[in-house]
Amino acid sequence: MVREFTCIMCPLGCDLRAETGQGADGNDIIVTGNTCKKGMEYAVQEVTDPQRNIATSVLVTGGELPLASVRLTRPVPKNRIFDVMGEIRSQKLTAPVKAGQVVIADVLGLGSDVIVTKTVNAG
Amino acid sequence: MRQTDVVIIGGGPAGLAAAARLWEKGVRDILILEREHFLGGILRQCIHDGFGLTRFGETLSGPEYAARFIDQVTEMGIPYITDTTVIDISEDRKVTASSRGGILEIQAGAVVLTMGCRERTRGAISIPGQRPAGVLTAGVAQSYINLQNKMVGREAVILGSGDIGMIMARRMTLEGAHVQAVFEVQPYASGLPRNIEQCLNDYNIPLYLSHTVTDIKGEERLEAVVVSQVDEWMQPIPGTEREYACDTLILSVGLIPENELSLAAGVRLDERSKGAVVDEHHQTSVPGIFAAGNVLQVHDLVDFVSMEAESLADSVARYLADKGLLECGLEVKTDGNVTYTIPQKISGTEDFKLSLRVRKPVRNACIRLSQGKNIVLEKKMLKVIPAEMIQIPVKAEKLRREKDLEVSVIW
Repeated sequence: MVREFTCIMCPLGCDLRAETGQGADGNDIIVTGNTCKKGMEYAVQEVTDPQRNIATSVLVTGGELPLASVRLTRPVPKNRIFDVMGEIRSQKLTAPVKAGQVVIADVLGLGSDVIVTKTVNAG
Repeated sequence: MRQTDVVIIGGGPAGLAAAARLWEKGVRDILILEREHFLGGILRQCIHDGFGLTRFGETLSGPEYAARFIDQVTEMGIPYITDTTVIDISEDRKVTASSRGGILEIQAGAVVLTMGCRERTRGAISIPGQRPAGVLTAGVAQSYINLQNKMVGREAVILGSGDIGMIMARRMTLEGAHVQAVFEVQPYASGLPRNIEQCLNDYNIPLYLSHTVTDIKGEERLEAVVVSQVDEWMQPIPGTEREYACDTLILSVGLIPENELSLAAGVRLDERSKGAVVDEHHQTSVPGIFAAGNVLQVHDLVDFVSMEAESLADSVARYLADKGLLECGLEVKTDGNVTYTIPQKISGTEDFKLSLRVRKPVRNACIRLSQGKNIVLEKKMLKVIPAEMIQIPVKAEKLRREKDLEVSVIW
């Protein structure tokens, strides 16, 4: 099967083409259109187990801001994004909150941590 | 009146990077003036990741990227004042600002313009119809959701395929809203291809090119928008109207450099870039006033904003040390396929970095720089699109000291 999609690894946005079911045993994937190694890895990942990082925010009480932004330390399977969003939404932090602080370790057992990306001082 | 070597207007990514680099260059008498309560500029609300790949070799969220520079500026002890709006800059570099402590007046040795840009609004594109609540720009929606914890709507339509519009399409979807579609008046997207992929395709949000909003309906709150197809002159085609029931219309229809203060200082603007005319030192038409970042040209990537500001800082340090900079008498001219260039003036004796945008997407293009019959350089590119700024380093040894530089795109 042939799939064509845009690489999201960097702003260049190469037009990737991945052909699955190749080789003697039908397990090979032929990637073209990438201009770097990351693009190759992304294409293979995308046609076998697509993953994404997400960014959102968590409520903070007693802070100079009502929210602290968060992201994942590594991407999670695309079809688990809304499950992860649900987990993050149930969290509440108390100021002060520091950038880098772990909000949820190994969220839903997916091997990724939810970390704060903005320091919120008490205020 | 207070005297300061360098006054930096705006504590966003450009202002912070300029300040840090000036400090490294030995310039100590610096003051950053910031309108908001916090340093960091627009990055504070850009919580998505993808920043820093060029500048730091890793992918960061906006707040993390900003923090790198804020921490640096704080450690260096560079003075800054927040909650302070500059209200005037004079041609002889007197800066007047309104602060919590009253009016500030400062005589600057050099002024660095890093005010960023503004969003085009409904008024700027003259959408007809009623004026209900629920019509807002992508950046305002982003501020409500990411900074103020206020959801802007449940059923949204997005006009314009700018990067922030697409990023907000994803953000609203993650927060439980339904985004019906993104409509773009041009026959191509104005944002980066990777955002079409990860913000729209990932969430099954369709992108319709050559479509625009031609009517807005609703008394108190937005109830529906009417969308029409447009022809090759971007005029709505009668009979193609389709109504979309929605409570929110997000506009991502372009950014314009914020140059009210530049105009007050007598800085000449460029009709094409909407920012200041600058030379290879980032110096504007007013000696001692410099510009970088989105106030000069709207960037796609903050990494390039920081690097542009750092290059500006090098020139400002030289300007202060040498009491002036080399005259740049050569013009940078463009053909019809180039929207604009930065700089617009060069000396022909120094290395510089040329930034440009093309007017339309072209495959297998060649960017040619020439002076009369002399070809300075040619850069072949597989694909050029208006959404992507092109930057080309130019070496002084390739340049001549007479003749203007011409930039053209051929294919």
